[in-house]
Amino acid sequence: MKNALQLAYLVPLFPLIGFLIIGLGRKYLSKSLTGIIGSGVILASFLVSVWIFIQIKDDNSGVVDYFNFISAGDLKIPFAFQLDALSSLFLLIITGVGFLIHVYSASYMHHESEQHFARYFSYLNLFVFSMLLLVMGANFVILFIGWEGVGLCSYLLIGYWFKNTEYNYAARKAFVMNRIGDLAFLIAIFWIFSKSGSVSFDEVFAFAKDSTKGFTTGDITAITILLFIGATGKSAQIPLYTWLPDAMAGPTPVSALIHAATMVTAGIYMIARSNVLYSLAPTTQHIVAYIGLATALLAATIALKQNDIKKVLAYSTVSQLGFMFLALGVGAYTAAVFHVMTHAFFKALLFLGSGSVIHAMGGDQDIRNMGGLRKKLKTTAFTFLIGCIAIAGIFPFSGFFSKDAILLGAFLHEKDGVVLYAIALFTALLTAFYMFRLYFVTFTGKFRGTHDQEHHLHESPWLMTIPLIILAVLSFVGGWINIPEVFPFGGEKLTEFLLPVIAKHEEIPVSHLTEYLLMGLSTVLILVTILFAWVRFKNYRAKEETGFGKVLENKWYVDELYDKIIANPLNRFAGFLNNIFERYIIDGVVNGVGKAVNYSSRQLRLLQSGQVGSYVLLMVISILILLLYEFFIKK
Amino acid sequence: MPINYYILLSVALFCIGIIGVLTRRNAIIIFMCIELMLNAVNLLLVAFSKMHHLKNVANAMAGSDGQLFVFFIMVVAAAEVSVGLAIIVMMYRNIHSVDINFLNRLKH
Repeated sequence: MKNALQLAYLVPLFPLIGFLIIGLGRKYLSKSLTGIIGSGVILASFLVSVWIFIQIKDDNSGVVDYFNFISAGDLKIPFAFQLDALSSLFLLIITGVGFLIHVYSASYMHHESEQHFARYFSYLNLFVFSMLLLVMGANFVILFIGWEGVGLCSYLLIGYWFKNTEYNYAARKAFVMNRIGDLAFLIAIFWIFSKSGSVSFDEVFAFAKDSTKGFTTGDITAITILLFIGATGKSAQIPLYTWLPDAMAGPTPVSALIHAATMVTAGIYMIARSNVLYSLAPTTQHIVAYIGLATALLAATIALKQNDIKKVLAYSTVSQLGFMFLALGVGAYTAAVFHVMTHAFFKALLFLGSGSVIHAMGGDQDIRNMGGLRKKLKTTAFTFLIGCIAIAGIFPFSGFFSKDAILLGAFLHEKDGVVLYAIALFTALLTAFYMFRLYFVTFTGKFRGTHDQEHHLHESPWLMTIPLIILAVLSFVGGWINIPEVFPFGGEKLTEFLLPVIAKHEEIPVSHLTEYLLMGLSTVLILVTILFAWVRFKNYRAKEETGFGKVLENKWYVDELYDKIIANPLNRFAGFLNNIFERYIIDGVVNGVGKAVNYSSRQLRLLQSGQVGSYVLLMVISILILLLYEFFIKK
Repeated sequence: MPINYYILLSVALFCIGIIGVLTRRNAIIIFMCIELMLNAVNLLLVAFSKMHHLKNVANAMAGSDGQLFVFFIMVVAAAEVSVGLAIIVMMYRNIHSVDINFLNRLKH
């Protein structure tokens, strides 16, 4: 077993090599060579991942230990990879979807100059490398290295067009938001280590489950909440979600990569990985569920009124991530992982599709200028439609199964299942509505852009459409690996596969009839919503938003609120420190010390009169004092 | 004679020496006062040596080290006098005075 999985280090090694080759040789490599190397290394790791997946399917999971990474006193951190069902599934998603995005990028970014093209690809490879490290690490520290790595890469890629100040601000925002979460995550790691004496997943989870030792309730609640704060930063949940929509500043394939394969799924992965801890902390689970639900709802309402094609998708990602956190919170870990997978397919598809649209529109992202693109961009429109159906969750597309699993999980929640279910279902309807609004406004009706743009419209080259087609197929069939038992050929293969990592929580018996009813209800409502969207937006004409719509269009003014209550006071405080504290207090102390020394030395200088008599007198007096001290005071 | 008289005499001599050093400006007189202090100490050493010897008559060598010290001090004092007087002579040649208050130029 060890020997078989020993080669797992190849998976992250390939993208790292790719990063080094492309990064160092960016001035010498031609664009096509860069594209081939950049995509090739990801393909190589994908193949290794498939092989690992097969090994693990044959019950060959385990921890592969490579060398001692850190060893200091009691602290022993091995550089080890955790290869089991969960990580192998993520490996497939990351490298598989990542590869398609790389291929797409090679065409999408072709107008960039050679050096920037190579810079882009090297970052992309580094991104995949970090994410693989994150997923494969067998302890919290390795996970954290990858965690920081994806944070850095997202910064680099969001700020890829670094000549635009706005984009740089967006990159900085992403980085700072992530940093806040990272801090909490780091504290959680320290806490875990101080209580359990280890950071390896196996040992920590065994410790947590141990009835004699184990964490106290307070400890485990604090740890899980801190981990969750880390996850809210990385996976864009309330209150740290605002960076994700701004991350649209990066090139579109980067958005696809961030939203589908890497980065935002890190938080889900981390919590799914620590499901043992979360199952022991019901308080945290509640918080996770409600934060997830609130995020899903909030982001869905914002997405209703966005006019930037990428912004709609961005908020839809935030909303879907909220769904996943809801699933994590109600203990349906498998459903969350399942949704990560299906979401990776259709969200990558939608982003790459929007990239194709933007490409055709010559860089314009405003859907008010689009319309009727279906006739010119046949493949894009068709695949985009599949993505929309999948994300809306219509049988038998992939989104249906994963979303249904989450809704069912929410429904079965022991305390307030019906409320959770109702809100989640409502959010799902909103999802269907804004996605089809996006589709109808963009692809149907009349073209509303300028004449030049209309002339420029064309379908993208095959390097871009082929990934779209593959992803469309995956979005269609991707859900079939976890068909619930109520259907023929069902049997929850994925749940079974993930059993070693995610123990099945106690099933509340639910009759097939209830399940059919729930599914039927959601499907009918979603179909109605789509019909409604069709009626409203098939002949869309742009108009000014008023009232509540304006609030939604401006994202509930959350950014402004953050500016008001956090950024501005901080800025003012920093200004105070800079202008008052620094200038008068710090400088005052430093200059004061100098002045005091100067003054006292000037006074002391007078002692040095040069008069031998006075020196002798001082000497005699000192000796006298010493003698007096010696004889009378000293005991 | 009791030891008290010797001690009082040498303390008196030592104090005269100190006061002389402190109050006088003439280098030669200061020099003489320093000698006075040295000799006050010598006197004390000899007195203690004698006292020590009288208490241990049986031991012929008792207290002899005090006297030895005195010899050494006298030798060193003689050497010091020769150097010191030489300095004073040089000082006189240079500034035509032996007043130590003229020797404050290191200050500048």
